[in-house]
Amino acid sequence: MLDVNLASRAPALAPRSSDAGVTVAPLGPQGRLSLRIKPAALGDDTAIDGFDLSGPINSRRSAGDGAATRTALRLGPDEWMLLCPADDVEERSEALAAALNDTAHSLVDVSHRDVSFVVAGAEADSVINAGCPIDLALAAFPVGAATRTLLGKAEIVLTRLAEDRFTVTSWRSFAPYVQGFLVEAARHQL
Amino acid sequence: MLLIRCPYCGERPETEFHCGGEAHIARPDTPADISDADWGSFLYTRTNPKGLHAERWLHAHGCGRWFNALRDTVSDAFVTTYEMGTPRPDPISETAKA
Ligand SMILES: [Zn+2]
Repeated sequence: MLDVNLASRAPALAPRSSDAGVTVAPLGPQGRLSLRIKPAALGDDTAIDGFDLSGPINSRRSAGDGAATRTALRLGPDEWMLLCPADDVEERSEALAAALNDTAHSLVDVSHRDVSFVVAGAEADSVINAGCPIDLALAAFPVGAATRTLLGKAEIVLTRLAEDRFTVTSWRSFAPYVQGFLVEAARHQL
Repeated sequence: MLLIRCPYCGERPETEFHCGGEAHIARPDTPADISDADWGSFLYTRTNPKGLHAERWLHAHGCGRWFNALRDTVSDAFVTTYEMGTPRPDPISETAKA
């Protein structure tokens, strides 16, 4: 493996307290791979390097735990965001590229493009709905749902981990805006 | 807020979408071989109907896919949406359904 990325990285954001029942916590570094591939080219073989690509559009599929966690967010008909631990991303990238060697695809490491937050608490859905117009009722956006959408003026990727627990991911330069928006919304939730 | 049914994602808020103008306008295969008037017509002449209009829409802040929609330009009601590459649905039966 090439030693190409030796810079030490400062965290994009410091945590900010909302002083409220809903917490908005920045997640640490995470491995993120953007995969584009036609489902027809994928065929029935929907498990690639431990990533489960079988989910319907706008769903989250996670396998393994700890250092072996592999999560696949299906964001469109031919688009997945693959998540893994940050120090595992180069290995996963090489293994995926090898597994898809004979298939037309695009695989890009976007780990440092995004910042993720966990928004948790009983009113987490209404905090997100303060700036996101999609229906977050459990029937419409169940646990395991994942989609690209909007929060205020910023594009986000929203996933539901549990009834009262979401991840919100935005591009790095939008992250202070997204953090401020969510913390402010949580303050007004009291 | 107006809800638009993306063929891939289902009903979603309109702010996630961008309109891409009239649908089903085929680009001439060999632009050099057609007259200036025909090329100008391809570029600029649109039907601009009062009533049902077939349009291209992009689910920009969603699945990122283009699709087509039949929208009533008077009421702003979306009669139906359908995938790119499929023919324009029969507007009379679609109106009856809606
Ligand atoms: Zn969509």
